[in-house]
Amino acid sequence: MPYVVERKPLTLSERLYFPQILAGMRVTLKHLFAPNVTMEYPEQRPAIPVGYRGVPTLVKDPHGREKCVSCQLCEFVCPPKAIRITPGEIPADQADRAHVEKAPKEFEIDMLRCIYCGLCQEVCPEEAIFLQNQYSLTGYTRAEMVNDKARLYELGGTLPDRHFKWDKKKSAAEARGHAAH
Amino acid sequence: MIAPPKPDLVTVNIDGQDIAVPKGTNVIEAARQLGIEIPHYCYHPKLTVSGNCRMCLIEMGTPIMDPATRAPIMDAATGRPKINWIPRPQIGCATNVSPGLHVRTDSPLARECREGVTEFLLINHPLDCPICDQAGECKLQEHSTAYGRGYSRFVEQKNVKPKRTVLGPRVTLDDERCILCSRCVRFSKEVAKDDVLGFVDRGSYSTLTCYPGKQLKNNYSLNTVDICPVGALTSTDFRFKMRVWFLKQTPGIDPESSVGANTEIWSREGAIYRITPRQNDAVNDTWMADSGRALYKQVKAADRLLAPSLDGATTANEMALKAVANLLVGRTGPVRRDDDAASPAHRAGAPYQGSVALVGSGRSSVEEQFLTKKLADALKTSAHLVSRVGPGDRILVSADRNPNVRGALVTGLISKLPAQQLTSLAADIDAGKVKTVVSVGEDLTAAGLSAAQLAKVSVVYLGTHRNATSDAAKVVIPTLTVFEKSGTFVNQQFRLQKFAKAVPGPAGVNDDLITLAELVAAAGGGIIPFELGALWAAIAAEVKPLALVTYASLPATGLLLDATPWAALPFCEGETLHFKPAAAANA
Amino acid sequence: MIEFWNSLHPLLQAVIKGLAVIGVMFPFGGACSLIERKISAAMQGRPGPNRAIPFWFAWVPVIGPFLQRLGVFHLMADGGKMFFKEDPVPGHVNKFYFYLAPVVGMIPALTTVTVVPFGAYLNEAGQLVPLVLANLDVGILAVFAVSSLGVYSLILAGWSSNSKYPFLGGIRASAQLISYELSMTLSVLPVFLWVNAPGGEGTLSLFHVVGAQDGAWFGLWMPLCAIIFLVALFAETNRLPFDMAEGEADLVGGFHTEYGAMKWGLFFVAEYSHMLIGSGVFVLLFLGGWNPLPWVPLSDVAAWLHLADQPLLLGLLSIGIFLGKTLFFIFLFMWVRWTVPRFRYDQVMKLGWQKLLPLALGNLIFYAILIAWLQPKFSH
Repeated sequence: MPYVVERKPLTLSERLYFPQILAGMRVTLKHLFAPNVTMEYPEQRPAIPVGYRGVPTLVKDPHGREKCVSCQLCEFVCPPKAIRITPGEIPADQADRAHVEKAPKEFEIDMLRCIYCGLCQEVCPEEAIFLQNQYSLTGYTRAEMVNDKARLYELGGTLPDRHFKWDKKKSAAEARGHAAH
Repeated sequence: MIAPPKPDLVTVNIDGQDIAVPKGTNVIEAARQLGIEIPHYCYHPKLTVSGNCRMCLIEMGTPIMDPATRAPIMDAATGRPKINWIPRPQIGCATNVSPGLHVRTDSPLARECREGVTEFLLINHPLDCPICDQAGECKLQEHSTAYGRGYSRFVEQKNVKPKRTVLGPRVTLDDERCILCSRCVRFSKEVAKDDVLGFVDRGSYSTLTCYPGKQLKNNYSLNTVDICPVGALTSTDFRFKMRVWFLKQTPGIDPESSVGANTEIWSREGAIYRITPRQNDAVNDTWMADSGRALYKQVKAADRLLAPSLDGATTANEMALKAVANLLVGRTGPVRRDDDAASPAHRAGAPYQGSVALVGSGRSSVEEQFLTKKLADALKTSAHLVSRVGPGDRILVSADRNPNVRGALVTGLISKLPAQQLTSLAADIDAGKVKTVVSVGEDLTAAGLSAAQLAKVSVVYLGTHRNATSDAAKVVIPTLTVFEKSGTFVNQQFRLQKFAKAVPGPAGVNDDLITLAELVAAAGGGIIPFELGALWAAIAAEVKPLALVTYASLPATGLLLDATPWAALPFCEGETLHFKPAAAANA
Repeated sequence: MIEFWNSLHPLLQAVIKGLAVIGVMFPFGGACSLIERKISAAMQGRPGPNRAIPFWFAWVPVIGPFLQRLGVFHLMADGGKMFFKEDPVPGHVNKFYFYLAPVVGMIPALTTVTVVPFGAYLNEAGQLVPLVLANLDVGILAVFAVSSLGVYSLILAGWSSNSKYPFLGGIRASAQLISYELSMTLSVLPVFLWVNAPGGEGTLSLFHVVGAQDGAWFGLWMPLCAIIFLVALFAETNRLPFDMAEGEADLVGGFHTEYGAMKWGLFFVAEYSHMLIGSGVFVLLFLGGWNPLPWVPLSDVAAWLHLADQPLLLGLLSIGIFLGKTLFFIFLFMWVRWTVPRFRYDQVMKLGWQKLLPLALGNLIFYAILIAWLQPKFSH
C-alpha cells in the first residue's frame, strides 16, 4: 500500500511566495557576512584525529629494527589486493636478526589500489604495519604511486613497542643455551 | 582376472551411526567413511601405527553379552544392545574394529582429552605461525582452533631448540616446532627404506635427528616434509618462499618416469612454487620422488626457447611455420610471406615422400602423439622414437624414463618398443635418403646423431629448451613444458592419467597441439582440431583402445586401459610401488 | 572637446561609440563574472577565487596580495584562457549557424546599450541633457524590440548543435521568452500611461521617464509593476530560478553544451550584458534613474553642490548614482540565485501564463483606471 505523506496546506504568505523568498534572502544575506567555514588547504592543515587511517606504512621498533616478518597476512586480507610481498630469509650469519628468520625482500603497496580500510594494520601479528597520519600522496606516474619497502619505512618511521617479542625469544634462547650445554 | 575375495565386513557404531567396514580397519578410517574426522597427528594411513600423539582418543564400548546365551543383552527402553563403555579413553588409530563396537568420537571425555593433549603440545610449541611455512595447512593449527583454549596457562619459559638444523640437502628441521609424532621416522624406515631418522634425548629435550654421520638425502626425503603435521620439517627449496594459502593447486603428472606419479602443482600468478604428491592409491599412494619436485624450475630456466627462429635468427611464428611447410613439401629457396602451404600449386610437383623423417617423443602427451601420428601419415613415413633408460629405484622411479611410451603404442605412433639410439635414421641420413628431420621435442644429438649428420639435413626442432639439436636446427619452434599445457599420459600400468595446465606459457609460444596441427595441415594431412575436447573426439573415433574416452570424463585417478595387445613387448621396467612387470607377474 | 566631437564625421562617431560600448560591456561582463564567483563563495562560507597572481606582481606589497585575495587575476586568466584556448567545433553541428549563434547573441546585447541613458548633466540653459549614445524617442520600445532578438542566439545555438540537450535548451529558452515577454511589456505600460498624460507630447523615451520621477519614484507607487517586471526580467535573462535554458542539472549545459572557448565566452558576456541592461532599464523605470533619492532630483543636488556649471562632474556623479543602483540589481540577481532553487519547467510555464500574465493584465487595468482618475487632478 502506498504511503501517503500528508502535507499541511500552505498559508497565504507561503502561497504568495514573495515573503518566503524574502525570508530566504535574509538567510543568504546572513551567510554573506558570516565567516568562512572552509580551510585554505595547503597553508592550513586539518588536525588529524586519533585513529585516523592515512597511508599504510611499515614501522620499525625503537631500536630501528625491521618488525615485518613477511607473513603475508596483510597481502591476504587486503580487499583490493594492493599489497605485494616477496618474502625473504634472514641469513643465519646475521647475528642480531637471524633468530627472526624471515623478513620481506620486497614489500609494495599500490596506493592506486589501496582503499585505506586498515585491515592490514588490524591483521598484522607483528604490529609492523600502521595507517598513519599521512593523507596526501601524489605522483606523475603509476609507478610512483607504488610505495616500495624503502619508501614505506621512510613514511612509517619508528613507533613504540610494548612487547619486544623477538628480543625476549632471543634472551630465552641464550639463557637456555648457557644453562643446558 | 580373479575376483578379490569378499572382505569380512564388521558392523560398528560410531556416534550413533552404524557402518559396515572390512575387518582390520581402525576406528579413524571407519569414522572417516562416515565423514567424521577424528583428529590425529602421528597416524598416517600409509604408515604403521605408533600411537604416540594421543590426539585420537575416543570412548569405546562393546555390547554386554549374556554369559549364558552369548547374545547381547538388549535395553528394553531403546531396543538396542546395552553397551559396556570402557571408562578410560582409547586411541582410535590403534583400535581395530570388532563386531558391535560402539565408539563416541565427540563425547565430553574425548573432547576433554583432546583439549588436554593440545594444551600440552602447545606448551613448548613456538608462536611461529606468522613465519611458519606450514601455517595454513598445519594440523596443529587446525586442531588448536578446535580444541585449544586460546591462551596459555604455562608461566615458565618455553623450550628453546635449534631453528635451522640441516637434515639433508633438501630438508631443514625446525626443532622447536616438532611435536615428536615420528611420522618422518616411520616413513624413512618403511617407505623410503633409508632408516636415517630417529629421536634422541628425553622429555622436553627430545629431538629429531639423523643417525651420526648420515644425512636425510634419499630421493624421497621431501615426503617427510609433506607428512609432517606441523612446520618442523621444511623444504629448503620452498622455505619462506610463499604462504600456502596464496597457491593454486593444479593436478599434474610427474613426467620423470613411466610410473606417472600423481602430483599437485602449487602456483601463484603464473609462477610455480612447489610440487607435492597427489594421493592415488593405485599409483603412488601419497608419495613422490624429490627429483620430480624440482622439475618446475625448467619453466623459468635461462635456456628456455621463447621465440621461433629460422636459420638461427629469431622470426615470427607464421614465418617459421611457412618455412617448415616448405621443407615438408621439399621446396627450397627463401621463405616468402605469401607462401600458402594449403594451396595445390604449392604442393604441385613435390612428390617428396620418404625424404622427411619424423622423430616423435615418449615425453609427448597422448594428444601430441596422436597429432605426430597424423603428421607421419601425411608425410607417408613412420615416426622414430627414442627410449630413455635409467636405473629404477623400485619405489616411484622406474627404469623407463619416458612418461608416455605406452601412449605412443596406444595411439599407434609406434608398434614396437623404441631403441635408445636412432641408428636407422643415422643410416638413412648417411645414405642421403633423408633431407629433412622433424624432431618433436627430442634432442637428436643425445639420441646418437652426430653433428656432421645433422649438418647434412634440415632439422626442424620443436622443443622447450635450448640444446645441441636446437642449435643445429634450421627451424626452431618453441613449445610448452608439461606444466603449461593440459593432456594425458599412459603410465606403465597402461593407466591413462590426465594433467592440467598449471601456469600460462611464455608470451608468444603456442601450445604444442596448435603447432602440430598446423604442421599436419602444412603436410597435407587436413584440418585437425587442437582444442582438447574436439581433439579427443577425433582420438576416440580413430584410436580403438581410447574409444568412448573423453578428456573431461577422465577420472582424477586415471583410467586403466586394456594392456593385453602389448603384453608380449619386453618393457624395460622393474618392479615399483604398485607395479609388477608382466613377466614377473606371470612367473 | 564637445566641438571636436561634433566636428567628427558621423560614421567615425558611430564607430567610436560602438568601440566604447564593446570596451565597456566586455570588462563589465568579466567583472560581473568575478563578482558572481566572489559573492557565491561568500554566501557559501568560502573564500572564492584567491590564488592566481602573476609572479612579477607577487612582489608588490599590500596591493599584490590584496588583488590576489580578491581574485582579480583569475578574471584575467579566465579571459586570456578563453581567447587562446583551442576552440573545438564538433563534427555533427551545422557550422554556419553554430558560428552565427554567439554573434547573434552579442548584437542585441550591445545594441540595446546605445538607447539606454546612463546619466545626465545640465547645459548652459539649465536644462537636463541625457548621456546616451542614441537618444531615441521610442526608447523602451527599442530596448524591448532589440533585446528580444537575443533569444534567436539561444535557439540557433540549440538547433545548430544538432544534439538533444542543446536542442531542448533552445526550445525552452524560446518558450520561456515568449511567456514572460508579455507580462514584462504589460507591466511597464502603467508607467508610460502616467508619463504620456493626455494633451502632452507623447514619448516613450527613457530619459523622460526619469524626468517624471523627480518626485515619487514609480517603484514606490507602482510596486506591483516593479515586481512583475523584475520577475519577468529574471526569466528573460535566464537567471536562476528561471535557469531553464542552461539547466546544468538536467541538460548538461543547455544550449551551449557544445560550445567552448571564446564562442562560449560570448554567450557568457551576452548574458551579463542582458543582466546589466535589464537592471539599468529597471532602475530607469522604477527607481528614479540618476535621481539620488525620491523627491530629491539630480538638479537639486547640482544646485546644492554648485555643480550646475560643471557638466563633466555632474555627468560623472549621475553616472555613479545610476551605476550604483544598477550594480545593486546585479547583486540582487546573484543573491536570489543562491536563495531560490530552480523551478521545474512546468512550474515556469504555469507561473508565466497562469499567474504573472493575469496579474499584469489586472494591474494594467487597475492603474489605467487609477491614472484616469488621478490625471485630471495633477494636470497643469
